[in-house]
Amino acid sequence: MKFDLDWGVFFHEIPGGGDRYADLLVSGVAWTLAVSASAWVIALVLGSVIGTIRTTDRPWMVSLGDAWVELFRNIPLLVQMFLWYFVVPEFIAPLKRWLVQADPAHAQFVAAVLCLALFTSARVAEQVRAGIQSLPRGQRYAGMALGLTQPQVYGFVLLPMAFRIVIPPLTSETMNLIKNSSIALTIGLAELTFRSREMGEYTFRFFEAFSAATLIYIAIAMTANRVMALIERKTAVPGTIAGGGK
Amino acid sequence: MSFDFDVIGRSLPYLWKGFLYTVELTAIASLGGLFFGTLLALGRLSPIKPLAMIAAGYVNLMRSIPLVLVLFWFFFLMPQVLQLATGGERPPQIGAERTAIITFIMFEASYFCEIMRAGIQSIAKGQVDSAYALGLSYGQSMRLVILPQALRNMIPVLLTQTIILFQDTSLVYVISATDFTGAASKIAQRDGRLVEMYLFVAVVYFVLCYTLSYTVKLLQRRIAVIR
Repeated sequence: MKFDLDWGVFFHEIPGGGDRYADLLVSGVAWTLAVSASAWVIALVLGSVIGTIRTTDRPWMVSLGDAWVELFRNIPLLVQMFLWYFVVPEFIAPLKRWLVQADPAHAQFVAAVLCLALFTSARVAEQVRAGIQSLPRGQRYAGMALGLTQPQVYGFVLLPMAFRIVIPPLTSETMNLIKNSSIALTIGLAELTFRSREMGEYTFRFFEAFSAATLIYIAIAMTANRVMALIERKTAVPGTIAGGGK
Repeated sequence: MSFDFDVIGRSLPYLWKGFLYTVELTAIASLGGLFFGTLLALGRLSPIKPLAMIAAGYVNLMRSIPLVLVLFWFFFLMPQVLQLATGGERPPQIGAERTAIITFIMFEASYFCEIMRAGIQSIAKGQVDSAYALGLSYGQSMRLVILPQALRNMIPVLLTQTIILFQDTSLVYVISATDFTGAASKIAQRDGRLVEMYLFVAVVYFVLCYTLSYTVKLLQRRIAVIR
């Protein structure tokens, strides 16, 4: 066999269906984006809460936050995926009942989103904590001296600064999340990598199929990068180097 | 719902074999990745523009696509590329285990490259100047002056990356290689004991990775005191 490439393969019809192979990849992209976006929203909210409580003066909150981060950081994502899909439902009867009669794609989607959201939340929490701790101590004291309560100090003084500081590391977490969503193929979710392998197996055009998937991942990563850079510019603190220091 | 945790005891020898492969893969990929990663870092920092661009392109490409896709690239296409290179009748069979080792070295090289690049760039400019002033060549100044310091500064980061790599090797599951997770998954499906096996695997990984990252943290503190 020679390396004869056929880039027209994307427009060949899939046997048995009216769809073309390009449609297969497009539906894969849709699942990749849906899983990543859903998980990202949950991870951002959860990670902010966990990261914040790790900097408070309540020891039990700090311990809870630390335990959360260590738990999700020290188990391979693949194993976590299996735990959410195969193990957790066994311990929660209503979930198990729903799973048995649900559309498999829905069950896979829910498991993948939960898994990626909690895994990413631990990483976001770590960045948010670092962001808060990078602020000068005086800011917290200034807030307290003004008579603000602890929640007010966080809400009005620390978090508005910390969130802007952590945008660059959060950008790379966003890209990691999109890449990590490919692991959902192990529980059968038909996302982009899954579809490109499927296309390769149908057509024996692995090179073309994987090239397309690679280009799509790069395009998604670049778009996410641009969007985050835009947010970074819009929210830059005036007077800092990032905000064009004056 | 009844559990049978004896399945773990019964399959320990098989799981152990898988675990040894996981350790072997981690060790080879981290050492190989560090070697090629250092070369890539030197390439990226090289004043020769085309070399710097090729190295940067490779690293950015590897870092922007999922590891699962990289594994598929190598698993499905390496036999064909090898056949083309050797001109054989049929694609040579190299097996999932060896494919995984090559893939991980190539993939990790791009991550280790960025760590080594940061390490090299953290060295004071005066070190390079004094090395050249002593009459050392580029190779000598890198090998004897810059790289030993860069490596030492980056030891905690390199070890943390190795722990991440240790967890990532579980992804060889997607090309059906039998690592620790792969072995557990095969038994889980054969005996219908998914809950027991996956919980066991999770506990083992957690205990190992938590201990290792705690050790790295202690080491980091000790290195910081010395400097």
